[in-house]
Amino acid sequence: MSAWTAEGNLRRRRWWNRAVLVLLVLGSLIVVAPLGLVLGAVLVKGIAAINLALFLEPFRPVDEGGGGLAHAIVGTLLMNLLALLIGGVLGLAGGILLSEYPDHPVNPTLRIISDLLNGLPALLKGLVIYTLVVIPSGQFSGYAGALALALIMVPIVLRSTEGVLKLVPWSVREAGLALGLPRWRVILSLVLPAATSGVITGLMLGFARAAGEAAPLYFTAGGSQLLTFNLGQQVESLALSIYKYAGEPSPLRQEQAWAASLVLTVLVLVASLLARWATRRWMN
Amino acid sequence: METNLDKLSQGEQGSLDPSLPKPRMETRALGVHYGQKVGVANVTLPIYANKVTALIGPSGCGKTTFLRALNRMHDLTPIARVEGEALLDGKNIYAPGTDPVEVRRKIGMVFQKPNPFPTLTIYDNVVAGLRLLGVRRKDVLDEAAERSLAQAALWDEVKDRLRSPGMSLSGGQQQRLCIARALAVQPEVLLMDEPTSALDPISTQAIEDLMTDLKNHVTIAIVTHNMQQAARVSDFTAYFLLGELIEFGPTNQLFTNPKDPRTEAYITGRFG
Amino acid sequence: MTARPPEARISPLYRALGDRLFAGAVLALCLLIIGIVVLIGWQLAANGSRAFAAFGLLGFLGGTTWDPVANVFGAWPFILGTLITSFAALALAFFPALAVAIFAVEYAPRWLGSALQYALELLASLPSVIYGLWGLLVLAPVLRGVEQAVVGWAVEREADWLAQILGAPIGIGMANAVLVLAVMIIPYAASLAKDSIALVPNTQREAAYGLGATKWEVIRMAVLPYARGGILAGVILGFTRALGETMAVVMVIGNNKNLPFTVFGSATTIPSAIVNEFGEAQGLQLSSLLALGFILFILSGAMNLLAAWIVQRMSVEGRL
Repeated sequence: MSAWTAEGNLRRRRWWNRAVLVLLVLGSLIVVAPLGLVLGAVLVKGIAAINLALFLEPFRPVDEGGGGLAHAIVGTLLMNLLALLIGGVLGLAGGILLSEYPDHPVNPTLRIISDLLNGLPALLKGLVIYTLVVIPSGQFSGYAGALALALIMVPIVLRSTEGVLKLVPWSVREAGLALGLPRWRVILSLVLPAATSGVITGLMLGFARAAGEAAPLYFTAGGSQLLTFNLGQQVESLALSIYKYAGEPSPLRQEQAWAASLVLTVLVLVASLLARWATRRWMN
Repeated sequence: METNLDKLSQGEQGSLDPSLPKPRMETRALGVHYGQKVGVANVTLPIYANKVTALIGPSGCGKTTFLRALNRMHDLTPIARVEGEALLDGKNIYAPGTDPVEVRRKIGMVFQKPNPFPTLTIYDNVVAGLRLLGVRRKDVLDEAAERSLAQAALWDEVKDRLRSPGMSLSGGQQQRLCIARALAVQPEVLLMDEPTSALDPISTQAIEDLMTDLKNHVTIAIVTHNMQQAARVSDFTAYFLLGELIEFGPTNQLFTNPKDPRTEAYITGRFG
Repeated sequence: MTARPPEARISPLYRALGDRLFAGAVLALCLLIIGIVVLIGWQLAANGSRAFAAFGLLGFLGGTTWDPVANVFGAWPFILGTLITSFAALALAFFPALAVAIFAVEYAPRWLGSALQYALELLASLPSVIYGLWGLLVLAPVLRGVEQAVVGWAVEREADWLAQILGAPIGIGMANAVLVLAVMIIPYAASLAKDSIALVPNTQREAAYGLGATKWEVIRMAVLPYARGGILAGVILGFTRALGETMAVVMVIGNNKNLPFTVFGSATTIPSAIVNEFGEAQGLQLSSLLALGFILFILSGAMNLLAAWIVQRMSVEGRL
């Protein structure tokens, strides 16, 4: 049994224990440092560049003062709201099928498809909407953009809806059915309201994810310099503006790109805070 | 009150058979606090070598808390604070400079629910502790695996499938696997925290039978909520109530002739 | 007026008909979701099939020339660029992501753990254009300085071969894209790893502690094996994210489709090719871009299925 001397063994293991902790702390710092740099850059440069005019004025050429981001903000909000509507209905339906009809033969397929859709690069969603909508209709449009964004939201809403609906106890459904209510009424009036905050969480997470996407809009909404409320036309979004302005030599445009980043970050942050708040409220 | 208890347990010790060996473990005014809450306070108790000591009491009485203090498991709970002393072979395991890792190697533990490592085979589960100690030689590991599985009365059932996952065993077998895993590092004391509470009656009996044999190799302290079990398997019994040690003594004496009316109330089934 | 039986007054919607309509509507919407995904694959394959037909499957996949003027299209540079950037980013991101996940769950005090979690979630949801902007305007100038120093050192040593591997030290290119991708993947992989580590039951940790394991040994022997399915799935999903990442890469990779790629020099990926060439693409070129999209579809689809399979197969729950 001389293969291990207890003292030496313990000393070595203690040493390892400490070495690993050092490595873990170092690794964590390596993670936190660049992430802090990115957020810090957005905050510092964004706050320096932001002003009221950015929110009120649409695009203007640089030699006319450069204008603002109003067209992009309006476009982002409009397209995302429409996408929330489409993606919300589809995702909700998926979640309901998975949780309320657990034995439905479509469910396994639906679950795989939803995972696939979730992992599918957003770029491809835009590309396909381009071939399906933009080419046949002959023009880029906000509607096409909203469709592409909706595809991003569907799996997120679906998964979160399924999750919260499954947390509603079966006794709630049984109570409703025992009153003689039909199943659809039980789902719509008893189950869904009990899970509202959870569904809101899903919608907000979907919004947070879709609002920052530029790639799918590049092929669908097409981008624009005009302030428009008509989704039938080409529409701008904040993410598209950041992409375009980042490559422009004019320092003014680069500043606007930072400002747009800050606005977008705040939008995403608010949406995820709302999601968190809704979850917490629901849990209580 | 506290001094009474001290006297009580000291008195017990004095009145016991003088032929008894020195206690393998001993606590002195041991207490555990969770923040402001008292888990268990001021326990002075011997745990005799090669005997089974049962800790009984109604739920929430602090018996599990006390047991976990005996191998410094409370170190893992940030808000838990331990006071007093717990001696193993006369040395305080809470003394500054004592490594809890070494303490837990010498004082093994079996938990309420069987918790084999789910990704490991039966064999690897048993020798996991030895591998930590740096044992690499296959013959040593094989021998230890067979010895501890045999001690845990599991060898005959699993000797032909040592390479199958530990989770493929039944609940009772898993618990015996956990016992074998704890025995493999040859601990001096084995702490068992309600080891049969998650098992069916047949597995429970298997583990109770096992304890009688195990005494020859190891000193056992067992927490149980089941008085009959304590009566069946233990040599000494300690009765806890509301975080205090009420009475300690040889099991047959404590069950037939309790000194404290509260102990009597409990063992006669008036509450608990 | 004859008295009607009470049943007749109940709307048919409150009887079997209503349930059937509702279930039908829900099912129709779900079939729509499934249909859309199938359609995505079909659209990419059908539209890209012209390119596959024109150059042959292997000819297209392995072709190294992409020349819109000569109408010759080969996907190899883009596939290669995508794989290299994604694998390199994953290699950079893996250990830090795992480290921060372990640290947050096993070591950090509560407040620090939840602060880390919050930061990771925020960073995982930060839009990729913002990472691209940072890579282009903040990282690139710094990186250029570093790269020039390294290349200068290589040239000084007259290590021409090394200088050739390193490539042009311009700050944007492969190295920049890999760094940006790694920074993007980390929060994603780390939060998934953190979640699965947090799900490891405490009884497992106690089992290891009870055997006399040190903290690191507890992690190595009880925590990581139990959480391996979730950790691995997180890694694969992070890789998938890198594969399909578009804007951040387009902005910092320099978009050069001529092989060979160098460490610092510009390169390209499938998504950046699609974004860059899409504007003027028509006919066979558009078809080739959609064929690239189809390759990406297959790659990311396979990765997702692999991740799902691993979660099911490797996770401890899946085996019980």
